[in-house]
Amino acid sequence: MERIPILKMGQQLLVSIQVDMHDKLAMALQDDLTKRIVKDRARGVLIDISSLDIVDSFVGRMISDTALMAKILDAETVLVGMQPAVAITLVELGLTLDGVKTALNVERGMAMLERGAE
Amino acid sequence: MSNIQSVHLAKVMTTHQSPLLEQWLNGLLPRMTRRDKSSIALLRQQCTQFLSLATAVLEQGADINIKDAGWKETLDLLADISEGRARQGFSPIETAHFVFSLKEPIFQYLRAEFENDPQQLSQDIAHVSSLFDQLGLYTIEVFQKTREQVILRQQQELIELSTPVVQLWDNILALPLIGTLDSARTQVVMETLLEKIVETGAMIAIIDITGVPTVDTLVAQHLLKTIAAARLMGADCVVSGIRPQIAQTIVHLGVNLEDVITKATLADAFVVALKLTGSTIHQAPQER
Repeated sequence: MERIPILKMGQQLLVSIQVDMHDKLAMALQDDLTKRIVKDRARGVLIDISSLDIVDSFVGRMISDTALMAKILDAETVLVGMQPAVAITLVELGLTLDGVKTALNVERGMAMLERGAE
Repeated sequence: MSNIQSVHLAKVMTTHQSPLLEQWLNGLLPRMTRRDKSSIALLRQQCTQFLSLATAVLEQGADINIKDAGWKETLDLLADISEGRARQGFSPIETAHFVFSLKEPIFQYLRAEFENDPQQLSQDIAHVSSLFDQLGLYTIEVFQKTREQVILRQQQELIELSTPVVQLWDNILALPLIGTLDSARTQVVMETLLEKIVETGAMIAIIDITGVPTVDTLVAQHLLKTIAAARLMGADCVVSGIRPQIAQTIVHLGVNLEDVITKATLADAFVVALKLTGSTIHQAPQER
């Protein structure tokens, strides 16, 4: 079964979503991510969606749920690389992802997590 | 199917073509606001064209329903004239008058023609009247449509003109909003802002609403949407240029702006933005 790779960078985990999400993939990602946070004692999670042109309400909710789960395990989540069109769609859908921190790109997101970890 | 009244009319229009044209022009000229040589020549040309086209249709005994295919060329000519006049800023009355003022001379010649047959005359006059009413209304419709297009184009230009995004400093953008924020404009504002954020990598966007005349719940909602979208792209927003009256309305309306950094002036917002991006500006010590 296809899985989304989770990369470890120091105390942070890097997830780059590049394929269309569906229920099973989302469940698998949440499962993997929570396990890895505990196993690697990660303090931050970076989710990169720069290659997603379409984010629907399902993926939007999945991302905010994942952020909440990470929060419970004491890891901060930063969502990076959202396309302008995606941002507009999400706002029109009323999904402002209030609980999730955001940054323009991976570099900025990493800097944000590192600042948070200090 | 041949229409006897149309044939009568065609006959009158052919036999008295040139005096008819002169009388028509005489009726039109006093109403023209611009009476230079070229516009008079243009008018004469338009009138001649209209007369010849209309006569040709009527000669075939066409019905006076102008939706018939036979009238197409005449209508196209009228549409051209009407469009041209709408763009040049003629008034609707002037435009409609072009057709309506042809009635009177035609009546005159019909009267002369059928002096001895009052019944035929009244039928013919009713016929002519109905035809010219339709043509006149058609010119007004085209006139109106052209004006609407002009307005639409102007709106479009206004939207594009009034949403500049400027870079104030490293990582700081400013978006001075001028005019009311409706849904269409919010869309454009959002798009330009987000694209600029990607382009410049800005972390702070200052939205200055000094030029927004009123802020109601809808405008506030559009503003909050823009802020939310910018946040999703990793940029924080500061709203500035809130006039005292607008602060009052916002509170009276119960709009929640508590999660947004707001400042009274653009200068204050800029200071906040500098602090948030970790930059500082110092005043150079003055030389004595």
